[in-house]
Amino acid sequence: MNIFVFELKQLKFSILIWSLSLSLGLVFFMAFFPVFGSDSMAMEDLLSQYPEEFLAFFGMNSQLPFTELMGYFALSFTFLMIPISVQTANYGFHILSVEERELTADFLLSKPISRASIYKAKLAAVITTILITDMVLFGMSFASLYLFSNGANVNVTGTWVFLASIILFQLFFLSVGMMISVYVKKVSSVLAYSMSLGFGFYIVSSLGMMISSDVLKILSPFSHFDPTYPFIHESMNVSRIWISIVVIVLSFVTSYVLYLRRNVKSL
Amino acid sequence: MKVIEFQKLTKYYGDVLGCKEIDFSVNKGEIFGFIGPNGAGKSTTIRTMLSLIYPTSGTVLIFGKDAIKHGPDIRKNIGYLPSEVFYYDKMKVIDLLEYSASFYEEDCTKRIQTLAETMELDLNRKIQDLSYGNKKKVGIVQGLLHSPDLIILDEPTSGLDPLMQQKFFQLIKEENKRGATVLFSSHILSEVQQLCDRVAIIKDGEIIDIQDIKTLKEDTYKKITIKGEGLNHGKFKMDGVSELQEQDGEVSFFFKGDVNQIIKVISSLTLRDLVIEEPTLEEIFMHYYE
Repeated sequence: MNIFVFELKQLKFSILIWSLSLSLGLVFFMAFFPVFGSDSMAMEDLLSQYPEEFLAFFGMNSQLPFTELMGYFALSFTFLMIPISVQTANYGFHILSVEERELTADFLLSKPISRASIYKAKLAAVITTILITDMVLFGMSFASLYLFSNGANVNVTGTWVFLASIILFQLFFLSVGMMISVYVKKVSSVLAYSMSLGFGFYIVSSLGMMISSDVLKILSPFSHFDPTYPFIHESMNVSRIWISIVVIVLSFVTSYVLYLRRNVKSL
Repeated sequence: MKVIEFQKLTKYYGDVLGCKEIDFSVNKGEIFGFIGPNGAGKSTTIRTMLSLIYPTSGTVLIFGKDAIKHGPDIRKNIGYLPSEVFYYDKMKVIDLLEYSASFYEEDCTKRIQTLAETMELDLNRKIQDLSYGNKKKVGIVQGLLHSPDLIILDEPTSGLDPLMQQKFFQLIKEENKRGATVLFSSHILSEVQQLCDRVAIIKDGEIIDIQDIKTLKEDTYKKITIKGEGLNHGKFKMDGVSELQEQDGEVSFFFKGDVNQIIKVISSLTLRDLVIEEPTLEEIFMHYYE
């Protein structure tokens, strides 16, 4: 319990900054909807001149045009999911490697506590951090949907399904980050790793959309958790999401085993 | 009763040897020195005792239990001061010490205060504002706050001024009187000489000798220096004499053997001065590393 509380305290500024910036980012995007929505015909005319592949690269979907409220909300999240992926990958790369990077491992690991307990406490702390950020973000999602709806109907079921899927999306980046962090010798710069992972998968997914490549879509969680899908089908894209779930389970198990066996470096 | 028992402990980092077939034990109540130059394998050996790294082969038993299998249980009674001290920079000293104490069942509040007073440590400063020596003091307090039965010190005195070093040694002696066993790793031999009962000498990852400090000093060399006019140092070219040097009317050498023999030779000379002294451990051990 003491490690859980300690880690949570260490992450409190991170919770504050990410909750605020993600929420403000969403509100900023959504605030422009009334402008797009009120002139939807002109916007649709403009977009029809672009090829489908080009629109797909930016997460736009002809089945759910962004001139509609839910389409615009989904498009906002297409962009917001990049920082969300970076945030959770950041926690993944950070949480198990921080002791070795900042050379405090000798302090913590010489205490009468097993590595398994340390792993569990640290994991519980980052998951709590993510859930607190999500509570703020989810609240702001509904608030901004109703605030800037411009009279359009809010698809409540679709929104809940999508927001729930975000948690799995975050666990993907968290678990993969944790696995890589204990596999490599040293994580010297957490941000470099998490930016590469987040943007890397985003580009893979965008390319997959653009060239309609199923292989690329299968590879990237950004495709598994395509924000437009829950609003069109009112369910998650189960046929893709299970791939993410397998990766999440494997990554957690691998990171756990590697962390328990790891030789901790000192100066 | 054996508190620490190494059984052919070997550790390789890939192809690089950390330590090889370490095999010795430390008895309850001993202050045991662990001597070797930097990079000899002292820290590797110590870090396996704490499950910070895992042995390639062999085992180490602490309080009779396997140090890897029963790690958390064993560590309840171990106090460890690493050679390099690093703590959470943004924390206050007192918060770090309380966090450290939260891992143990006993209430350590009073002990933290007493140790901090002894070591003259300001508990309200942030770790990042402390000098290296003060960080070392934090390390000492966090290592001793739960009154452990086994104290493992890895090069503990670096960064401490001589006055603090003496206070620290006094503290360790008191802990030892209370019943704590101490493993004291160092490359500074005079420290070990001052504190330890026995010493293991490690070189290139292997233990090359284990000696009782008292016997080591009694049974080994005497350092002899004579001064006078027209000394013929050729007279001292005999069995038991080593490191023979002559300079400006002064002859010095180490002697190991029957002292009567050397006294006979010395008495045949006309001297201005004679000094027979105990060699320092550095001088005794030097031949291990040549």
